Amino acid sequence: MSDRKIRVLIAKPGLDGHDQGAKVVVRGLVDAGFEVIYTGLRQSPKAVAQAALEEGVDVIGLSSMAGSHIPFCKKLKPLLDEYGLSDKLWIIGGNVPAKDHEELKEIGLDGIFPTGAHFDDIANFIKENVK
Amino acid sequence: MSDKIINESGLEVQPLYTEKDVEASGGLAMLGEPGQYPFTRGIHREMYRKRPWTMRQYTGFANAAATNERFHYLIDNGQTGLNVAFDLPTQTGLDTDDPMAEGEVGRVGMAVDTLRDFEIAFKGIDLEKITVSLTINGAAAILIAMYLAMAEKRGYDIAKLRGTAQNDILKEFIGRGTWIFPVEPSVKLVCDTIEYCAKSAPKYTPVSVCGYHIRESGATPAQEMAYAFCIAKAYADAALERGLHIDEFAGRLSYNFNIFGNIFEQVAKFRAGRGLWAKIVKEDYGAENPKSMWLRMIAGGGGGGLTIEQPENNIVRGAYYALISALSGAQTMALCCYDEAYTIPSEYAQRISLRTMQLLIKEMGLCETVDPLGGSFYVDTMTNQMRDKMEEIMAEVDAQGGIVKMVSEGTIQAKVSQQAYEMQKKIQSGEFPKVGVNCYQIEEEEKEVEFHPYNIEDAETQIKSLNEVKAQRDAAEVARSLDRVKADAEAGRNVMPALMDAVKAYATVGEITNKMVEVYGRYREPIRF
Repeated sequence: MSDRKIRVLIAKPGLDGHDQGAKVVVRGLVDAGFEVIYTGLRQSPKAVAQAALEEGVDVIGLSSMAGSHIPFCKKLKPLLDEYGLSDKLWIIGGNVPAKDHEELKEIGLDGIFPTGAHFDDIANFIKENVK
Repeated sequence: MSDKIINESGLEVQPLYTEKDVEASGGLAMLGEPGQYPFTRGIHREMYRKRPWTMRQYTGFANAAATNERFHYLIDNGQTGLNVAFDLPTQTGLDTDDPMAEGEVGRVGMAVDTLRDFEIAFKGIDLEKITVSLTINGAAAILIAMYLAMAEKRGYDIAKLRGTAQNDILKEFIGRGTWIFPVEPSVKLVCDTIEYCAKSAPKYTPVSVCGYHIRESGATPAQEMAYAFCIAKAYADAALERGLHIDEFAGRLSYNFNIFGNIFEQVAKFRAGRGLWAKIVKEDYGAENPKSMWLRMIAGGGGGGLTIEQPENNIVRGAYYALISALSGAQTMALCCYDEAYTIPSEYAQRISLRTMQLLIKEMGLCETVDPLGGSFYVDTMTNQMRDKMEEIMAEVDAQGGIVKMVSEGTIQAKVSQQAYEMQKKIQSGEFPKVGVNCYQIEEEEKEVEFHPYNIEDAETQIKSLNEVKAQRDAAEVARSLDRVKADAEAGRNVMPALMDAVKAYATVGEITNKMVEVYGRYREPIRF
């Protein structure tokens, strides 16, 4: 692997505006040595896929607080396939209850980092799993 | 000698306070009597002896009918006000059938498309006895119009109707994020509601300025209050520019503050804030009516303090937050429920919050004496120091071009989010203790917690009822009223009369919003770190 920094997209899917967590994670990942692109609020599935494609990221990260993560991920999945992004590391953080983890994994999520996850754990997971 | 202790607002906390500390911090010049300028000790002479705080739990989910049922449950259990939660499509000006609304209808609050939903939501509720607070911002002008129109239809005289809308858009740009229009027209709309209410619904509180969410986004307690005052001043300045007198509207502005953190720092924050706001309104704005100088507030919530770990601990935290709020002389209280860190509160959790407040009123003696911490060397000293700190922060904002400029450029957002990051690092390292999170953790079993069920059928029912309303309404009247909204927006007129017109014709939140977007455009978030 070259010296190129791992590029991470952090997106706020859907309508929820609670972005404190997303922004905190952006800063944490920048400090951990990643290149981070933050989309801002209210991203549609299409906007997330497009941003991931245009920015050439290695990691697609979603921050979800208001409970709409499953319907959103279900809509995003076919777009990732369509855009040729299925090989990218796909992670989600925020208010993601344990009862949803299995379904999210089935949809195709690689990593789930519920509220309280440490920066180190997210950073290590990315470093170990980016292909 | 032990290490220095510095509170979150940046003030050093001494191991002991005496009269000398009170003197050194400025003495008791700003203390005064309760019910008298500068109101540091409380805005009323007798405070809770005359009437306890209003209990107003934040409630709303699915649709108007389900929410109405929960409202009645809470009122039957002794709640004295309502605080309505709307779903995200409503908050961002989208109809239930909008593609962006898919998966979000009725999820974090009740779905509202037309006046019909308001008619159902408040059915059987006496709007003179139970005051209603609408937690709505981006779409606030439309929903205020809807509330007033609903009340009018039910025969209430809106000139006498009480109620509150959150309607603080500037803080939405800093945290919470339910903006729709760009900053400038957004402030214009807030001003429209202030002007309209001053003239037509003078008992209605059109704005509740929120330090709350700025604190949640990473601000310190002192910044929380200072930034809220800067925002309130921005609205006041805009209203004055329209030719209103400060006494025509300042008495109908209210505040919403956060409460988590050090107990004494919070109590001092509220006391200091009351004195400072009174001074600003009287001295800077020349108000003459003492009611204009009152800092009226809702306080008790502190979501940022609650944890998903060991959620039962949140019941205890909530009880302390309620205690802080009562010791601070809040007018209204809403507690975060213990399960709120991960779901829409259950009926059970709501009842515990309600009982927490009722316990303080009935069993703990919190309503007997005004400002019970007044006279504490510690609290009086800290009150003076917090006031100085807030003034210092407000001066910094002025020096940087004012709050509207800072919000537009994203500098204030970047500042608080940097602070949130620093705090998160301290929590992760254990430097800032958080029970159950970085100390006293337990290896938790798979939690048996009750989650609020989300039914996709709720969205389908809501779309069906929206279509029914659309089929029944007078299409020509809808079109005419929507054209009027656009024309008034284009002409720079106050849009409230046109909005009243449109909601009465059963135009939808989305239709009205889109008309305004045609004129005002949409906000584009500055991404700045």
